[in-house]
Amino acid sequence: MNSKIGPVQAVKLFFTDKDKLEPALVTLLAAVFSVLFGVVLIFLVSKNPFQSTVNFLLGPLLRTYNLYYMMIAMVPITFAGLALCIIYQSKHLSLIIDSSFYMGAVVATAVGIYFPLPAIVHPIVAMLLSGLVGALISLLPAILKIKWRANELVSSLMFNYVFYFLGSAVILYFLRDRNQAIMSSLPFRSSFALPRLIPNTQLHAGFIIAAVFVVLVSIFIYKTKWGYEIRMIGANQKFATYAGISVPTVILYSHFVSGFIGGVGGAVEMSGLYRAFIWQMDPSYAWDGVIVAMLARKNPKFVPVSALFLAYLRVGADFMSRRGDVAFEFITMLQGFIILILASDKIANSIKANRLKKAALAKTGGVA
Amino acid sequence: MIEFLFSVITSDHYWFIVLRSTAPILLVTLGAVISEQAGISNMALEGSMLWAALVGVIVSAATGNVWIGLAAGLAASVLTAWALWLFALKFEANAVLAGVALNLVAHGGTVFVLFALTGDKGISSSLPSKTLPFITIPFVKDIPWLGGVISGQNIVVYIALIAVVVMHFILKKLTIGRRIKAVGENIEAARSAGINPDRVKLFALTAAGILAGLAGAFLSMGYTSNFTSGISAGRGYVANAAQVVAGGTAVGSIFASLMFGLFDAMATYLQNVGLPPELIQALPYLATIIGFIVVTVIRDRKEARRKKRLLMKDAD
Repeated sequence: MNSKIGPVQAVKLFFTDKDKLEPALVTLLAAVFSVLFGVVLIFLVSKNPFQSTVNFLLGPLLRTYNLYYMMIAMVPITFAGLALCIIYQSKHLSLIIDSSFYMGAVVATAVGIYFPLPAIVHPIVAMLLSGLVGALISLLPAILKIKWRANELVSSLMFNYVFYFLGSAVILYFLRDRNQAIMSSLPFRSSFALPRLIPNTQLHAGFIIAAVFVVLVSIFIYKTKWGYEIRMIGANQKFATYAGISVPTVILYSHFVSGFIGGVGGAVEMSGLYRAFIWQMDPSYAWDGVIVAMLARKNPKFVPVSALFLAYLRVGADFMSRRGDVAFEFITMLQGFIILILASDKIANSIKANRLKKAALAKTGGVA
Repeated sequence: MIEFLFSVITSDHYWFIVLRSTAPILLVTLGAVISEQAGISNMALEGSMLWAALVGVIVSAATGNVWIGLAAGLAASVLTAWALWLFALKFEANAVLAGVALNLVAHGGTVFVLFALTGDKGISSSLPSKTLPFITIPFVKDIPWLGGVISGQNIVVYIALIAVVVMHFILKKLTIGRRIKAVGENIEAARSAGINPDRVKLFALTAAGILAGLAGAFLSMGYTSNFTSGISAGRGYVANAAQVVAGGTAVGSIFASLMFGLFDAMATYLQNVGLPPELIQALPYLATIIGFIVVTVIRDRKEARRKKRLLMKDAD
């Protein structure tokens, strides 16, 4: 922002600049409609729809521990959203971040069990290693795309299955605690745990790390040459090529950075929230990342806001499903619904189109 | 190990399972082929399969008639395909994103509906659903080895093979096939030739919905006898890769999906010899990636050569 403009003027400017206001309005409407859609679904299946709706909408806000849950839930969603923002800025859609996140968690598990390191250093080493592995994995669909023009979405989805099976094999055969009846890795060393921000809650330092990453990724995308090049090929690949930008290089490092963030996210989740690797399934944060990046309109600055919204929905759905007869999975339907609205240009631009039409009509004196 | 593999590959039972594993992939790959030929990426195939698998089970249990169940499953699958058409063409959404979103709706929605009906999130075993018939072919069943492979399969396996022929016929011989290709290759040229691209795409997506629906219904009413959450296991995505391997043709789809089927069937065998099942489960997906890469490389080389020739012609 320009330093001459104060915050009040900035807000005023925002509300008078219709090109900025309208997309924000559409995003807000998409969010509101998806929540309403959720309420309709509740009324369709629940025997006690009013109580379920109250639990869903207000549960996350009225209980202190749910507020903490929301903050905890924001952490992995933020990492996934940031990673997807970078990819999405270059107009690519690779979902390999899912593998980066999952394998990041697996690598962190190995580090957490076997590396004898002092506290604080221990989780940081895990984050760096997990980030590196996540980054290298993320390069795979990028390389296929550059070398052979293989669609990155299709190849990344295939890779996600391969890495999911690979990761769970590593846990089962090398890291498993055979004394446990349920599938669980050996316990982490105590030095591996991230410090808690507030005693007696699960809120961990990963929240701060995620916040730092929001700032770093914002700077990366909007203040560095690399970020500029990523946005450039996203805006117009041909033009970027004419301007002397090497598109393959940009695709490679944007995937690398994005995968790194995903890997770090996996490590943060392990060291912040768990004492052992106990995921029975792939948590699939890539899909959350898609929604968060879309709601944030690819701008990392808005990722925390959209991550908060998604966390609100998830904690609300969880709270409601534990106390009622509506399955938690209905949240996945809402997520799909949000993407459908935001991806539809005609819906997303309807307000603007209306305004332009009115303006055009006014100019011609209503004769069209 | 080699001996074991040899004994597996020569057994009729292995090829029986190969055929059974290939059928759903083949059907949904044909769906991906006809969509892509019409110029629309159909990522929603996964969602189509899921809805067909669930609705087929529910309706067959409610009516006690497997065919009504199948028809309802197909209808659900086609509706998903129409939703893709609506969002991608009428609301101008990015087709890939819209497809992915419809899959999320299907993933969550099938579990949501299953739980609302049965109180179970994982499996539909409490519903008395029916299975599609298995067919023993007279005379063929008595042929040594071959009879053990071909006879006794589920009816959908035979439908899949017939679908290849039908699709080949549609794409190569019928006017609608030529229209599909015209729209997929150059939409403006097709429009100026008087073809309505939206309608052609609707036809292609409807066909894809039926094909994916057959595949989905087969999974829950033939391949297994229940709906389980996430039963499609990414086959809709595999189809989008296999479609590339198939080179956009019906006959190519057989080879592309056979590759998945060979490894999928092998996985069930290898689990018995103590190899980590997780690694084996990854094999069909890995095989698809490798096939995907090989075919893209070949396609690119061909294209480069063609361009070179054109350039040389220009130079003359």
